[in-house]
Amino acid sequence: MLEVKNLNVRYGGIHAVRGIDFNVPEGSIVTLIGANGAGKSSSLRAICNLVKKTGNVAFMGQDISKIPTKDIVKMGITMVPEGRRVFSDLTIYENLILGAYTRKDKENVKKDMEWVYSIFPRLKERETQMAGTLSGGEQQMLALGRALMSRPKLLMLDEPSLGLAPILVRDVFSVIKKIHDDGVTILLIEQNARMALKIADYAYVLETGTITLTGTGEELLKNDKVLKAYLGAV
Amino acid sequence: MTVGLFFQHLVNGISLGSLYALIAIGYTMVYGIVRLINFAHGDIIMLAAYFVFFGVGMFSLPWWLAAVVSIALTVLVGIVIEKAAYKPLREAPRISVLISAIGVSFFLENMGLVVFGGRAKAFYVPPIFKGVINISGVSITSLGIIIPIISAILLIGMVYIVNHTVTGMAMRACSKDMDTAKLMGIDVDGIISFTFGIGSALAAVGGIMWALKYPQIHPLIGIMPGLKCFIAAVVGGIGNIPGAMLGGFLLGLGEILLVAFLPGLSGYRDAFAFIILIVILLFKPTGILGEKVAEKV
Repeated sequence: MLEVKNLNVRYGGIHAVRGIDFNVPEGSIVTLIGANGAGKSSSLRAICNLVKKTGNVAFMGQDISKIPTKDIVKMGITMVPEGRRVFSDLTIYENLILGAYTRKDKENVKKDMEWVYSIFPRLKERETQMAGTLSGGEQQMLALGRALMSRPKLLMLDEPSLGLAPILVRDVFSVIKKIHDDGVTILLIEQNARMALKIADYAYVLETGTITLTGTGEELLKNDKVLKAYLGAV
Repeated sequence: MTVGLFFQHLVNGISLGSLYALIAIGYTMVYGIVRLINFAHGDIIMLAAYFVFFGVGMFSLPWWLAAVVSIALTVLVGIVIEKAAYKPLREAPRISVLISAIGVSFFLENMGLVVFGGRAKAFYVPPIFKGVINISGVSITSLGIIIPIISAILLIGMVYIVNHTVTGMAMRACSKDMDTAKLMGIDVDGIISFTFGIGSALAAVGGIMWALKYPQIHPLIGIMPGLKCFIAAVVGGIGNIPGAMLGGFLLGLGEILLVAFLPGLSGYRDAFAFIILIVILLFKPTGILGEKVAEKV
């Protein structure tokens, strides 16, 4: 569904992503894991054209390397940015409406709003509250819900577990699974490698801008290098 | 001072204040979204007045049609200024854009001097705005009543757009976080154009009413109202729309009442706004309704 070839991202003199290739097949959960500064976020931001890049990105057979972010969203790729980035001065309802900004089918938007509220009942209760008043976990739920409002075919998640208590991390991952079961393809970036590998069909390990390991989630969970570097085994 | 006279000054103050409010909103909206003080905003006022002047004088349009055409042209100019002078600098340091804004302002003023000529011209005031209404000893020009009414309608419309439409939500989203707004599929450039358009439209209406109130126009008439409305926006809290309205009314009322109560100081009329600016910057630099600078992340 998503094919990335020879992706490069440079910030001034820094070569953050160095010619990586990866694929996200339709219906799968694919994860990119790696430490801070490995180039994970840059890769996602480059796919959405939020940062300048070189290389090829194809979505459902169509080249999207040069397409502006807003049109990429219209084609069905939605990204939940790192740190949630909910619009804190807007209400929860308004945040969700903006999630559906590209859609014209008002009736279905209403239905999807109910669908999102059924996944996150908490948001319904607080509909008219400013998003900034939510806790970190609730903001992550809102960011996920807001992304779902665009009815994405491919959902890209940038560190959804960042800064959350372990119990909330589990909640977030079970929601990701639920979203996946509803037919959304998922590209997940995580530092929490164990959780990510557990739910991933396929995984790539990113180190200083290059892919150093690939395999199914299960394979990498057992891989010695991964165990040492990311899962804290000695 | 009699009660009647006081009310007369009050009405004048509200009338001037609503003009300031109308123009100040343009500053504050643009700042809210692109973090830029659009110094060309004052000169937009001047252009709007000249567009009407030429519409009536050269093309013999009825005054109301000239006003509509003028507003449309002013909106266009506002959008073109953004595309030509600010958009190419979107990624540049903020000071570059600010300098570009000052450049546009000088350009418009001097272009005005060359094209329109430096001599003041008499602005046509339709009879309907000239009438004087007497209410138990208080005499008010009809313009003094029409200005606040038109302003109020536009201000309410503006607040409605920003708070209750999807476009308004998108504007608020862009003002807080442009990248995330893009991820919602929002056409950020479109929203910015829209913002400049709306701001220019309000400034055009303000400029035309300004010219009706002081019917002598020349290419530099935009400078003083431009500066004062910028101050109004800062006093209210730049980036905050209700703040800009409040600042506008405060400035307008303050200016008129100062002269009314202390006629000896009438020469300092224009200084009043700047004194207020200094006081605000000393004691509440974020403005009356301004947000705290530190934001929760």
